[in-house]
Amino acid sequence: MKFSARLKTVESQTSAAPALDLVRAWREMLLIRRFEEKAAQLYGMGLIGGFCHLYIGEEAVTTGVLSAMRPEDSCITSYRDHGQMLMMGMDPKGVMAELTGRIGGYSKGKGGSMHMFSVEKHFYGGHGIVGAQVPIGTGLAFAHRYKNDGGVCVTFMGDGATNQGQVYESFNMAALWKLPIVYIIENNQYAMGTARKRHAAGDQSQRGEAYGIHGHKVDGQNVSQVYAAALEAIEQARSGKGPVLLEMDTYRYRGHGMSDPAKYRTKEEVDQWKDQRDPIETLRARLLKDKLASEENLKSIEKEIKKIVTDAATFAQESPEPDPSELYTDVLSDASI
Amino acid sequence: MTIEILMPALSPTMTEGTLARWVKNEGDKVCSGDVIAEIETDKATMEVEAADEGVIGKILIPAGSQGVAVNTPIALLLEEGEDSAALDQHQSKTAPMAPATESASAPAVVSSSPVSAPVADDKTYAHYKTLTVREALREAMGEEMRRDENIVLLGEEVAEYNGAYKVSQGLWDEFGDKRVIDTPITEMGFAGLGVGAAFGGLTPIVEFMTMNFAMQAIDQIVNSAAKTRYMSGGQMGCPIVFRGPNGAAARVAAQHSQCYASWYAHIPGLKVIAPYDSADAKGLLKSAIRDPNPVICLEHEMLYGQSFELPDDEDFTAPLGKARIMREGSDVTIVAFSRMVGHALEAAEALVAEGISAEVINMRTLRPLDTDTIVQSVMKTNRLVAVEESWPFAGIGAEIAAQMMEHAFDYLDAPMVRVHGADVPMPYAANLEKLALPQPSDIIEAVRTVCYRKAA
Repeated sequence: MKFSARLKTVESQTSAAPALDLVRAWREMLLIRRFEEKAAQLYGMGLIGGFCHLYIGEEAVTTGVLSAMRPEDSCITSYRDHGQMLMMGMDPKGVMAELTGRIGGYSKGKGGSMHMFSVEKHFYGGHGIVGAQVPIGTGLAFAHRYKNDGGVCVTFMGDGATNQGQVYESFNMAALWKLPIVYIIENNQYAMGTARKRHAAGDQSQRGEAYGIHGHKVDGQNVSQVYAAALEAIEQARSGKGPVLLEMDTYRYRGHGMSDPAKYRTKEEVDQWKDQRDPIETLRARLLKDKLASEENLKSIEKEIKKIVTDAATFAQESPEPDPSELYTDVLSDASI
Repeated sequence: MTIEILMPALSPTMTEGTLARWVKNEGDKVCSGDVIAEIETDKATMEVEAADEGVIGKILIPAGSQGVAVNTPIALLLEEGEDSAALDQHQSKTAPMAPATESASAPAVVSSSPVSAPVADDKTYAHYKTLTVREALREAMGEEMRRDENIVLLGEEVAEYNGAYKVSQGLWDEFGDKRVIDTPITEMGFAGLGVGAAFGGLTPIVEFMTMNFAMQAIDQIVNSAAKTRYMSGGQMGCPIVFRGPNGAAARVAAQHSQCYASWYAHIPGLKVIAPYDSADAKGLLKSAIRDPNPVICLEHEMLYGQSFELPDDEDFTAPLGKARIMREGSDVTIVAFSRMVGHALEAAEALVAEGISAEVINMRTLRPLDTDTIVQSVMKTNRLVAVEESWPFAGIGAEIAAQMMEHAFDYLDAPMVRVHGADVPMPYAANLEKLALPQPSDIIEAVRTVCYRKAA
């Protein structure tokens, strides 16, 4: 199989690289899942409105990729963004309070699920238009190179976004100018309700080849493999050799958004992913088998995560709604020029 | 029969140029396609090729001649078998292009004329100089790029080609590949890249070859550049300038002749400027580059080559959000932006003969609109005409009408009248194109209407 051979290369080449802390990775993935489950619960209670795209099932992708980043790197993604924000070190309270539209949210409640940013943590959104984050990420990479700050921009997009023209406009410029960027396709098998085989011709991991952007397919449910591939890709982009593309084979357990019953796929298909390739369960078994952690260790992590998420949910309900005077603020900067 | 070789037009808007050099001399034989001369405009140098075979009989315009009008005979070509005696019998049948449109004659009402000197709000400077609008825009970018090394210019043909309309001429030479960047023809891509670069701490100036092509990029301008400050609760802004020629050029038809003023002015989170003269161009663009918000700079191709006086001072800027009274008057207010300011000034000058004193306001910024200046003027004149090149429906004039209902209703002695482009896609035919665009005569007629006057 073509991609496993490539992955072997990836793993062997990065043998000297810092190893992924698997216990920590498990913790991060668990945080994302429990956070998302809580978000779904609050949505059901009417506390979160509008669009809310959950990351459940895809946790290994953002966890593995962002574990390979350095502090000077930046990240941008689409509207399925809660996982990235938590992994970038943003406060779960601020994220959850944004979901509930409260003043304590990262955007003072004005952005919502799809529009959160943290300049401090180098997270540049949270973008609601499919594919629009790709040229923006390319521009962040342009700024890294211009300022010579050694940073790389990691730009996520879904498999659906790979059919947008602006993605290829970006590939062209990034390759032409050898920008420090890694493009990550989170292939969760569905562009909203349209299965990958019905929306994307050819092999999506190879969509950059014509521009000289080498692409690799990665098992997106295996956090170690994601990490290894991302580390190599990020360091290659950092070295000035230009962009790299990684296609993460993953799966979202929930619908596209909260109102999507996901009737376009079978229960058997979903169960197969959940039962055989769940990133958290798989890693849990490995941690125990390899004696990297005890049941007790993991239980205490679960307890800790539960508290973080409960606290976030409490904060998100207690934080007040933005004052009506906030309606007209933050449209323009009135900083004197 | 002797053939006239005519001064060619290099672009749809060229009316005259310099005959830089003759490549062929009198007596030389030429074949069709041979380069016979070089001509120059402020935008470009181009070779003139022979269209017919023959011998150059006589050079009518010597090398180095400036201001040669398009269609002026520059040489006579003898066809095979003809001798030089034919030259003596030659009578020119071709009329050189008259300074074609109202715009070309507009310099009569610009800087050299006292009526256009900045009135009211602008402070005075010790020294003034004359620049074309193109040079003024270039000077604004050059000065700002010297001041702040985080400013970059990117767009199609901005670097090595020196700008499709030569606005960026010389900037690549000065600032190099790192800061003046030729992009592929990929508007949505490089507009989004500019937004990302702004998020990442740079101040990009994104040039669209014309604003018509920015429609490809409008999602990035509206959804990514304009809304991010709000969507981030004020945490992150997008300091960027999108600029390029907007509105009708000349004879380029429907897809290349559109004014986007009301499109962008509609969007909270954007500032929109539309310079008329060189002082506006330099002063507003400098302020736009320094502004922490995304700014759309709507330039006008027909104004690029026009010369105006402006302050000769590196500290000169023009404030955003502030209109400029170009000419004071007491009977009627004419409010306009971009090229239509020239038409309004021309109309105001002509109206003097009818005993009508018109005040002309150059809006300069369309968002935020300087409603106060318009209201103050209307309180004085009690009559208002709004002029725009674009379509009327949901246009800038419509917005001004609404603002006047809200803020100056009791001061109006007549319903406001809008002068605007015809509500059709821009036609190609010269006569139809002229009919589609507001002319000074339309403004004069509108002023008569609001003043309840008949033509003199």
